[in-house]
Formats: sequence, structure tokens, C-alpha cells
Amino acid sequence: MLFYLFKRITSLIATLVVASLVVFTVIEVVPGDPASYMLGMNASEDTVQALKTELGLNQGRIPRYFGWVSGMLRGDFGTSYTYRTPVADMVSERLMVSLPLALSALTLAIVLAFPAGLLAASRRGGAVDSIVMAITQLGVAIPNFWFAMWLVLLFAIKWQWFSAGGFPGWDIGFWGGMKALTLPAIALALPQASILARVLRSSLLDVLNEDYVRTARAKGLTRRQALWRHALRNAMIPVLTIIGLQFSFLLAGAIIIENVFFLPGLGRLIFQSIAQRDLIVVESVIMLLVFAVVLVTFLVDIAYAWVDPRMRRGH
Amino acid sequence: MASTTRKRFRNLVPGAFLVVLFFGAAIVSFFYTPFDVETLNIKQRMLTPNAVNWLGTDHFGRDILSMLMVGARTSLAVAFIAVGIGLLFGVPLGLMAASYRGGWIDEFIMRGNDLVFAFPALVIAIMITAVFGPGAVNAIIAIGIFNIPVFARLTRGASLSLWNREFIMAARVAGKNSARISIEHILPNITNLLIVQGTIQFSLGILAEAGLSYVGLGAQPPTPSWGRMLADSQTLTTIAPHLALFPGMVIVLTVLGLNLLGDGLRDWLDPRLRRER
Repeated sequence: MLFYLFKRITSLIATLVVASLVVFTVIEVVPGDPASYMLGMNASEDTVQALKTELGLNQGRIPRYFGWVSGMLRGDFGTSYTYRTPVADMVSERLMVSLPLALSALTLAIVLAFPAGLLAASRRGGAVDSIVMAITQLGVAIPNFWFAMWLVLLFAIKWQWFSAGGFPGWDIGFWGGMKALTLPAIALALPQASILARVLRSSLLDVLNEDYVRTARAKGLTRRQALWRHALRNAMIPVLTIIGLQFSFLLAGAIIIENVFFLPGLGRLIFQSIAQRDLIVVESVIMLLVFAVVLVTFLVDIAYAWVDPRMRRGH
Repeated sequence: MASTTRKRFRNLVPGAFLVVLFFGAAIVSFFYTPFDVETLNIKQRMLTPNAVNWLGTDHFGRDILSMLMVGARTSLAVAFIAVGIGLLFGVPLGLMAASYRGGWIDEFIMRGNDLVFAFPALVIAIMITAVFGPGAVNAIIAIGIFNIPVFARLTRGASLSLWNREFIMAARVAGKNSARISIEHILPNITNLLIVQGTIQFSLGILAEAGLSYVGLGAQPPTPSWGRMLADSQTLTTIAPHLALFPGMVIVLTVLGLNLLGDGLRDWLDPRLRRER
């Protein structure tokens, strides 16, 4: 287990290092010099140079890369070119929207998917199964932002239960903030719940064919008891993988939904920063998203290896 | 017998029908659309569906049916080429990784895969846009890059189990090298799997393209695209909900059609998987 852990950590670090190189290189070739962009067309060459020195843009690429990476390791993401505020503060402010949104969407998806997947699998071929399969087939096909538009039209404009967009901040209280995130979370959760329900169902059906489930039935357990006590736990492995992937997807994938609801999340921060050539913010947010994806994958892998010793030997 | 046959084609036939319908619409749009999509007619704006404009008109008075037909080109072409990129790069990489299984080339390819997987598709799209600016071609590249590791993993996984089979051993004994075995014996045996995954990635590509166009990272005006039609309609949903209804429905039906086609193809091509799943 220790060796496995060591191997996984090494690969985690290697992925992050290469990813940071890729992000830095790509963003470096972006046309447009941040300093002259910020000062406008009429700025004199001296002013531009002075600002470049202040922002550290006059250093070579290699020192700048190392400065960026070592800063991030210390939690210092640099200073925004546009706002002159620490990027870390801007990002954490946006995370206060994106993270609760991703978490509530994921929770909602799990709460919806589990009963649906379990019911469908335990009544395979029956009416409930057909209904679940039809709804989830539709659920994966509906673009979440389109679904979101109808949610707004119905619940925000027609019935006025929720506001159509924007985020009031957490100052007005937990429920006030959550209320603003409700419709976006529902829109994000629908396709994820559909995928999860389908994966859970097919994983359960696979496991229900295994010998040990037959043995459990032979020793006198009912179908339902066998499902709960033996099948569900073993069917969880692919389901956990998907949940892990979905969390990172939701964090990054909320970018589009944030646009529908005008939420001040990470996605809108990236768009705005690209438009303003605030490249240090773009780099940092992308690295943060990549880090989230890699970390979640790592944690899921470790969780498997811990639960199932067979996994430690694989690859 | 009749009932099992019907069951077998339950997904395939409606799926194929929808896919052919939308591909047909895209192809027909090159020769004929009910109205010209670049002519603005403000007097005729936001008409509800009627006998002349079957699906109504948009906020510039353009015929929505015609725009959907032309928009189908963008959506289908972007997703289709992106699948092509995924296959073109992913399959050889997967075959190579499997033929050097356990070696450093395998390790290198798979770690490269993990690296690309670490970038969510949207983030790739945003990075490409930051450098080259938005456009349909960049949407293709972004979705295509995202597809490469999907196909590489699938190909490697499926090939690994084949490498232990007797017929591969026989080909070895006959003196064929790894590359020839990969192409002549492994590839034909995983084609079905690739076709099924291809339809799934195709449908994901349609959704991704719609999302990218919606946030302005995809096809640019004046090229009509389903995602942009939705973006344009967003502020008008209260006065003209049909502007948002039809493009969305077309996306749903295309994706649904491709998913059904994928399921149907899997059942049809691989009898072993045909049990109820």
C-alpha cells in the first residue's frame, strides 16, 4: 500500500508540473501585452516599461515561471494586473460561489440518482425500469443551459419563487445564498443525475450476475436483501469513479451555467480576465481547476486501493 | 422471434432515423433552405410558427427552420471532425501502448493521457480561445483534443485482452511484428467498440459545441449555430419562447438520436452485450 501511495503521489506531482508548464507556455503566447493593454493606446513607452517592471513582465520566461510556481506553492497567486489585488483573494471570493454550487449540484444528483438506479435495477425490465431509462435517456440529451433557461422562465419570471440571476453574497445568510444557487444547481444536476443513475443501474446489473450474489440467494436471502447487502457495495466502484469525475466536471463545467444566471463564479472570472488580458488570473484559475481534477482522481484511486487490495496491483 | 428482433432494433431504428434526418437537413441546406438566412427582415420579426415560416422567425425576421438547417452543418461538422481527430490520434496511441504493454512507451502514453484528462474540455476551449480567438475551428480542436485520451484508453484496454489470445500468438509465430499485428489483427477486432464509442463522443461533441457557441467560444456570426441561436434567444424568452424552444429541441433530438444509435449499434454489433442492460 505504501509503495502504491508513493507511486500515485509521484505521478500526481509529475502531472501537475507538466500541466503547469503547458498552461504557462500556452498563456505566454497569447497575443497582446498586458502592460500596454492596461495603459491604453496613448501611454508613453516609458510608462509602459515602468509598469512592465512593476508587474515583473521584464524578467525572462524561466524566472517568471519559477516565480509563478513557487508563489502558488506558498499560496501566493500573484497580483491581478487589472485590479492590483491579490489573485488569491479574487479566486477565493469566486470559489465561495463555484464550490457551493458544484457541491449542491453533486448532492442533488446523488440524491436523485440513487433511488432511481436502485429501483430500476431491482425491477429490471419492469415499468419502473423503463420509465427511469426513458427519463435518463432524455436527461443526458438535454443541454443544461437550455434546461436552465426554462427553469428561469418558469420559476423566476412566471412564478417569481427565485431570482432570475445574480448572487446576493453570503452576507444575507446561508439560505439566502443557497436560494440564489438553487436553480443553477438543479440545471447542473439533471444530466449528472441521469448519467449516475444509468451507471449505477448497469453496474448493479453486472454485479447481480456474479456468483457471490447467487450464493447469497442460495443461502436464503431475498433478491432485495442480496441487492442491499452484497451487490450495492460491490457496484459502488464504477459509481465512485463517476462521482469523482462529476465533481471536477461540475467545478469547471459550471462556467456555462454561471453565464445563464450571471453568477460571479470562477468561470466568469476566467472570461473576464481573458477579455482584460489579466493573464496571471487566467493561469492561476486554470491551474486551480486542473489541480482539483487531479486531486479528486487521486483521492478516488487511493480510496479504491484502500477498500479493494486488488486495485493496488493494477497498472 | 419477432419480438426479439423488434427488441433488438428498438433503439437502432429511431436512432438512425433521427440521425439521418438531421444529417439530411444539413446536406439539403447547401442546396435549398425555405428562406435565405442572411437576409434580415425586421418587419417580420419574432413571428410565431405559421404557414409560411413553419417554425416562426427570430428577432431579425430570419426564418427559424432555415437557420436550424444551416446551423446543423456547424454542429454536425464540428462534432464529427472532433471525433475524427480523437480516432486519428487516440487509436494509434492506444494500439501502440497495448503493443508495448508494461514498457516505458506504454507508461509514457498513459501518463500523457492522464495529463490531457486533467484539463476539462471547457478549460481547453478557453485556453485555445485565449490564444487564437473564438471560432468553429477552435471548437473542433478543443473537443478533438478532449476526445484523444478517450479513444486511446478504450483502444488500449480492448487491445490488451486480445494480445493474450491464440490467434495473435499464431500471427507472432508466423513472423509478423507488433505494428502489423496491431493493424491487421487487433484493429479489426475492436472496430465495433470504436464505432459505438464514436457515436457517444459524437453526441457529447454536439452538446459541447452548443455550449461553446452559447458562451461565444464557438462559431461566430454570421454563421448560424444552434448554440448561438439559444444565446440570442435568452433575453427574449418571455416575449418569444419559441426562439429558445426549437434550437434546444433540435439539439436534444440529435443527441438522443446519436445515443440511441450508439446503444442500438452496440446491441447489433456485439451479441455478447445484448443481454438487458
